[in-house]
Amino acid sequence: MLRASEIDTRMLGMLALLLVIWVGFHFMSGGTFLTPRNLWNLSVQFSPVAIMATGMVLVIVSRNIDLSVGSMLGLVGMAMAIIQAEIIPDIFGFDHPATWIVVLLIGLALGALVGVFQGAVVAYIGVPSFIVTLGGLLVWRGVAWSLASGRTIAPMDSTFQLLGGGSRGSIGEVGSWVIAGLAVAAIVFYLVNDRRQRKRFGFTLRPMWSLVTVGVVGSLAVLGAVWTMNSYYLPVNVARQVAEERGLAWPEGGLDIPLGISYPVLIALGVMLVMGFIANRRRYGRYVFSIGGNPEAAELGGINTRWTVVKTFMVMGILVGVAAAVTIARLNAATSGLGTLAELYVIAAAVIGGTSLSGGIGTIPGAVLGALVMQSLQSGMVLMRVDAPLQDIVVGVVLVVAVAVDVFYRRRSER
Amino acid sequence: MTDSPPLVEMKNMNVTFGGVHAVEDVSIDLRPGEILGLVGGNGAGKSTLIKTLSGAQKPDSGQIFINGNPATIDNPRDAKALGVETIYQTLALAENIDAPGNMFLGRELVTRLGTLDDSAMEDASRRVMGRLNPKFENFKTPVTSLSGGQRQSVAIARAVHFNARILIMDEPTAALGPAETEQVRELMRQLKREGIGIILISHDIHDVFDLSDRISVMLQGRLVGTVNREDVTMDEVLAMIIVGKQPGELTSTDLADLHG
Repeated sequence: MLRASEIDTRMLGMLALLLVIWVGFHFMSGGTFLTPRNLWNLSVQFSPVAIMATGMVLVIVSRNIDLSVGSMLGLVGMAMAIIQAEIIPDIFGFDHPATWIVVLLIGLALGALVGVFQGAVVAYIGVPSFIVTLGGLLVWRGVAWSLASGRTIAPMDSTFQLLGGGSRGSIGEVGSWVIAGLAVAAIVFYLVNDRRQRKRFGFTLRPMWSLVTVGVVGSLAVLGAVWTMNSYYLPVNVARQVAEERGLAWPEGGLDIPLGISYPVLIALGVMLVMGFIANRRRYGRYVFSIGGNPEAAELGGINTRWTVVKTFMVMGILVGVAAAVTIARLNAATSGLGTLAELYVIAAAVIGGTSLSGGIGTIPGAVLGALVMQSLQSGMVLMRVDAPLQDIVVGVVLVVAVAVDVFYRRRSER
Repeated sequence: MTDSPPLVEMKNMNVTFGGVHAVEDVSIDLRPGEILGLVGGNGAGKSTLIKTLSGAQKPDSGQIFINGNPATIDNPRDAKALGVETIYQTLALAENIDAPGNMFLGRELVTRLGTLDDSAMEDASRRVMGRLNPKFENFKTPVTSLSGGQRQSVAIARAVHFNARILIMDEPTAALGPAETEQVRELMRQLKREGIGIILISHDIHDVFDLSDRISVMLQGRLVGTVNREDVTMDEVLAMIIVGKQPGELTSTDLADLHG
């Protein structure tokens, strides 16, 4: 019955795991985990990892790996910080309205360039990606350091800072409900359209109960998430400023102004949609999966496999650029240690999300969910005041256990 | 039939792998509506030779003519553009992708918006498969979970769907049961009637004898000879395969050795 319903049992398992982690931490932390404040912060922190994990899925699916994303994040972040804090102000002055977009585009271009370079060495020269990106891990970190001689670069452009969330970096109550409405409409449209397409070609239809369940549960999840985001209010001093700007009277007991969905989360969700579309609906995505399944078959099918691999590393680089922008905007600074160990979190998110390290298998939403699991673990341990070394131990153990479960699960499903 | 220009002419093909002559100065041709059997022992160079026609292997030297015109085949795309479709011995399927995805691999159907048209591809797959293997129903599962025969059906369906003029079949019935093998044989006869030229590579000398119009024999990278099926006996072809002797050169002692 579960099979006919076309509900992904793996995804179901991950959602169950997430629920266990959340409820578990909630009780162990004395009721501080499942609060709007913690979940809002969790969502902002999870964004950069989620953004990069969607790209890592394609890299791993194509039978490659990218160990350099943390160092690349450091390099691109440092470059963007120097440009907006030290170069553009000298020429155009502080807080020029175009600064944020110019800086962002330069960051994305730099990420793409580094990605293409690494991808070309992998695809055309034939050096294994493990080695190329292991080299990259050292090289880009070194370049990032020497760009600023180890200094911390601050502050960021005030518009650019919005990319990182923070008290002003979210779209507010009304905007959040609009997004929720659109998301629910999209879920309904997807399910209806899928059914219509199948009727057109006379394929087997998904049972109605499954359709309704997925639709209702999906919509409730969206509404619940947005309700949570809207239940977190601006801190008093910021709220007072905002009230003044909007000409609102400041009542005696203060004013609850909801933050709503933050820009980093919005960016991460946008990236997830775009990457999911690319992976499932575009030829390029099909090619990446075919290379992972059987490189020889892809080649014999007339696919330009080398160029496809280069493009995969390029996409990874662009996403590192996005994640770097979010990260330095949130910190309002760039340090030479920016993004250290990020590669481990990103790879772990992809793998926990069901990406097979032997290639050919993986999903974008799975990786995003994986990122949420990783970040939940970390946030929960911080709430419980677990020491940093112990946190690392837990993350390491979880990663290995997740892959072990995955190997076991796949072996069983292969009979 | 002898008057029509050859569909394919391969002249003086050479392929070497690090000093080893895998294919040495081999010339074969294929006419419309003809099945050419290509036989030889393991390592005779059959697969390497046809890979130069399907674009999977670049020859060191040699010329290929399609319909009398010189053709440059640098990669599988070039070959497909010239109407050459290949069913590889390994089947060349991406295990993690479903049957329609494999059939259209590298030639996906897209909608007006440039997105993959999965429904249209599944629909086309169902129609081709209805002709080849009507019992086939697993259009949604990755091919890794299919049986050997079903996988072979997918590989054959892929070659047939794109209206090949020239079909290369490398051991097409190796994984099939008797009923499925007969289906493939019937399909080959049907394609032949439609004027398609087929190069059939097979270990099964009976298969080759039943289906081929002519038989080319290779031994250690060289062409022993090409003979009309009607002019030779199975023993004579076996002698060509094993000791590399032309039918005329065969002595009674050679024959005795073959059977001894």
